[in-house]
Amino acid sequence: MVKDGCAHVKPAAATDLSVFLLVTWSLWWQTGHEDHVGPDPPRSESNCLLRVQEVSVALKQGQVTPTELCQRCLSLIKKTKFLNAYITVSEEVALKQAEEAEKRYKKGHSLGDLDGIPIAVKDNFSTSGIETTCASNMLKGYVPPYNATVVQKLLDQGALLMGKTNLDEFAMGSGSTDGIFGPVKNPWSYSKQYREKRKQNSHSENEDSNWLITGGSSGGSAAAVSAFTCFAALGSDTGGSTRNPAAHCGVVGLKPSYGLVSRHGLIPLVNSMDVPGILTRCVDDAATVLGILAGHDPKDSTTIQDPVKPFTLPSLTDVSKLCIGIPKEYLTPELSSEVHSLWSKAANLFESEGAKVIEVSLPHTSYSIVCYHVLCTSEVASNMARFDGLEYGHRCDSSVSTEAMYAATRREGFNDVVRGRILSGNFFLLKENYENYFVKAQKVRRLIANDFVNVFNSGVDVLLTPTTLSEAVPYTEFIKEDNRTRSAQDDIFTQAVNMAGLPAVSVPMALSTQGLPIGLQFIGRAFCDQQLLTVAKWFEKQVQFPVIQLQELMDDCSSVFENEKLASVSLK
Amino acid sequence: MAAPMLRWCCPGRRFAFARVGCGSCHRRGPPTGSTSNGKRGQSTVAQQPHITAQKPRKGEREWAAVVGLEIHAQIASNSKLFSGSQVHFAAPPNSLVSFFDASLPGTLPVLNRRCVEAAVMTGLALDCHINRKSLFDRKHYFYADLPAGYQITQQRLPIAVNGSLAYSVSVGRKPSQMVTRTVRVKQIQLEQDSGKSLHDDLRSQTLIDLNRAGIGLLEVVLEPDMSCGEEAATAVRELQLILQALGTSQANMAEGQLRVDANISVHRPGEPLGVRTEVKNLNSARFLARAIDYEIQRQINELENGGEILNETRSFDYKLGCTVPMRDKEGKQDYRFMPEPNLPPLLLYDSGSLPPGADPQQVIDIDRLRERLPELPRVTRERLVRQYGMLPEHSCALLNEVGLLEFFQSVIKETRAEPKKVTSWVLNTFLGFLKQQNLAVSESPVTPSALAELLDLLDRKAISSSAAKQVFEELWRNEGKTPAQIVAEKKLELLQDLEALEQLCRSTLEAHPHVVMDLKRGNPRAINKLIGLVRKATLGRADPTAIKEVLERQLSS
Repeated sequence: MVKDGCAHVKPAAATDLSVFLLVTWSLWWQTGHEDHVGPDPPRSESNCLLRVQEVSVALKQGQVTPTELCQRCLSLIKKTKFLNAYITVSEEVALKQAEEAEKRYKKGHSLGDLDGIPIAVKDNFSTSGIETTCASNMLKGYVPPYNATVVQKLLDQGALLMGKTNLDEFAMGSGSTDGIFGPVKNPWSYSKQYREKRKQNSHSENEDSNWLITGGSSGGSAAAVSAFTCFAALGSDTGGSTRNPAAHCGVVGLKPSYGLVSRHGLIPLVNSMDVPGILTRCVDDAATVLGILAGHDPKDSTTIQDPVKPFTLPSLTDVSKLCIGIPKEYLTPELSSEVHSLWSKAANLFESEGAKVIEVSLPHTSYSIVCYHVLCTSEVASNMARFDGLEYGHRCDSSVSTEAMYAATRREGFNDVVRGRILSGNFFLLKENYENYFVKAQKVRRLIANDFVNVFNSGVDVLLTPTTLSEAVPYTEFIKEDNRTRSAQDDIFTQAVNMAGLPAVSVPMALSTQGLPIGLQFIGRAFCDQQLLTVAKWFEKQVQFPVIQLQELMDDCSSVFENEKLASVSLK
Repeated sequence: MAAPMLRWCCPGRRFAFARVGCGSCHRRGPPTGSTSNGKRGQSTVAQQPHITAQKPRKGEREWAAVVGLEIHAQIASNSKLFSGSQVHFAAPPNSLVSFFDASLPGTLPVLNRRCVEAAVMTGLALDCHINRKSLFDRKHYFYADLPAGYQITQQRLPIAVNGSLAYSVSVGRKPSQMVTRTVRVKQIQLEQDSGKSLHDDLRSQTLIDLNRAGIGLLEVVLEPDMSCGEEAATAVRELQLILQALGTSQANMAEGQLRVDANISVHRPGEPLGVRTEVKNLNSARFLARAIDYEIQRQINELENGGEILNETRSFDYKLGCTVPMRDKEGKQDYRFMPEPNLPPLLLYDSGSLPPGADPQQVIDIDRLRERLPELPRVTRERLVRQYGMLPEHSCALLNEVGLLEFFQSVIKETRAEPKKVTSWVLNTFLGFLKQQNLAVSESPVTPSALAELLDLLDRKAISSSAAKQVFEELWRNEGKTPAQIVAEKKLELLQDLEALEQLCRSTLEAHPHVVMDLKRGNPRAINKLIGLVRKATLGRADPTAIKEVLERQLSS
């Protein structure tokens, strides 16, 4: 157990399932949960339906219906609208899906563990018939005619699609602040844990203007899961876009091995690094979702051929055979002391439980972010070439010439961040620069990947690193640096994993002195996602990360809701 | 239409030109006897280019021309290179477009096995080295009919390299004086076709048809081993025949299934190569030859007049018969090549390297494809010469027309007539009729069996050759009658009644005493005149040898 000076909030008393069915959502938030309510016994009295597996059991037993679940999530989405987690709420679709799930449950044959369970999807996954914007003017109003493979797989399992979540434009960013629909607010800004600490520490500042960023770019998905508006959400992870907001929002963020999960339908950032990410409230849930999503997709030639079966994670009782590597290069000067100390504590925890914990070296780490920048922008330049206003998406009014139309369309459609990356990428790909930049970066990428291979070949099972430099910062603080600087800083611990194609998961460990979540990252061997998650699950169980308490949000933000209501009324 | 303008060329790839004073380069000479035939794309190539060596006249300066080709052949496959859309020519616009073809965000390429096999087979047929590992790249440029903003191609490591293509050209006056030349094949790469832009100048708008977007192409790069339009056209023709024999491309130039870009430069022998121009979008072999020859002449004139050649892209204006610079994008472009990240390296195997237990659906075995290669045109021609004793140029002619060889072989199979006779009938009479009416072999009203039956009649001397021609004309009218029926109806069978023939001969001799006198005076040709008169009297139904026999007997008695 983590015993430290940080605000480690003990779980509140667990509520009874019947209580859950009666309580209002705000009450439900208040209730904590005991950590060992996973699939493992004992789990008699303590059920509060925060996790997929719990709610799945409740659905099967008829204690709650899919429609009830759906409506509660919908009402929560409305109540937390100011978080800006969702770009599109697919209420009608979700209710219809819930109705069908309900019929199946009544007949006694559900489609699986996700049948009737609300999920959310980042707005860069194509969803048939539902607008998919990438938070960009370029794709505003674009309704894909097909589902991304991962979306289809979730729907095939009966999951209810609540909506499409907010992000940085085309997933380029680390704050979820740079999309056309505005920034996502971190639900922890409104948590009891954070508010109490602030009252202690600060003099009466304007609370509302100090809301925190979620991290990004899958901030909408992280906030949606964190604020209980869904049970699991899809993010995407190119340089840390799933793990980073997961760490800031106190949820589990899994980046599977490259090639394990299909990218078909994911609007690409960097094809060679993109992976659909999974955001959940616990490691078991991430494993459940991964079991559904993983496997070969004939529509994505980079997915593995071997079949993957759904799996449940074993509960580790003995970690003495584990070897945990601590990469020394990840101890950077920018790392906050608090994250540093939690990282050490985590290492100590493994060691005290009998695991072998060793310092390892990933010598090319320092070149990683520059290398990532070159490769990322080059692929971005290429991938964004298709947005010319002809086949779909935004098209400018000008019709002087085709070239003028392209230029104006792209000028209007993309924000500065996207255009900046396109510009650098095209520079790196120029014939005269290709060898000096792109080819070199590819070579460095290989060295970085080899660093990991060498470490794993030396007997290390998983690597333990921080996910982020610090806890989430206020928006006002965050925007003092530009997107490029921020991305370079914030992806520091995460992007190397993408270049190597490895699986990694961010697990929330504890709250900072400010009452904000801090996550740590586990990195596994390629395609050893299950082993990685098994270790993460053991860790999760040890640290007993507290449930977010959002009671105050309801009170403090009631005025916000009122305003929203008025606004929507006046619009009609 | 003017035939290929100049007959310069070309042993040793040297040209001799007069220092032409006239600025005009499109000298339109009278047709030079080149056998350009008809409008069909597959048959527009001069069958046997007559390449005449001309000695440089004194005081003239020599130029050598260097021609290399980039040929795009549409792969004959049911679906596109990276998507499941169907491939059809002339389907309604935008009816064969998958989400991937329209570059909808999030779609990914999935390689079509059939296209890979086509590339490997073509590579094998051209004696290429097949790369066991090849890679795909993105080539970027903005164009309205390129929806993704890039084309997926094989720039770094193509599927096949270092091959050769042999083709025959005739030199000198006799068509049978044929020389085999070889052009090196630099590489064969797989790539996507683009869509089509239709510019509506009236309404100043551009319409895009994406049916073609994403169809698999084989880009065959021929090294600059050619030196004139005829050589280039003949090499292309040979490649076309090979592709058709393999079935890897229909290679119909008129339908755009085979498109040729030519790189052309001139220099003085012994000096470094000159600056080259690229002539694009040559969609018939005839235009290819004309465009190249025009461009060579233009460059020479330019240099002779003290000008310089720009490294530029030009297009061939087939109406004016000249090349003109292309104004737009195609100038200097940086294509910003990049590896295609969504396609893993393409790995091919041979029987030695095939991983054990590999799913045959998942791997491509080069050796198995090699076993399945059909007979190639060169081998077919050699076989025809060997098997039927025909002249090499006849074997060429048989292969040059789609379906003609099959027609010939069917006739041979069913008739007792000599192969030489069959060859002559197929190449002269039958092909002549087709050309006259601009028909394809498949559209012929005369079936191989009918022709075989006719040749049988001829062979057993039931009819004369001239009667046979008549029967053939009847058959061509296609009234459903067999040759035998026509012969019977028209009373065309040879006179078998010797007595009647004797009678006719006697009356002919009596009616033409002066010819008989002539003969007796010692003019041996007079007998032919008599034979002709008797034949006329028999309405062509008597065998000249038999007539001659009877006449000689009667005259000597």
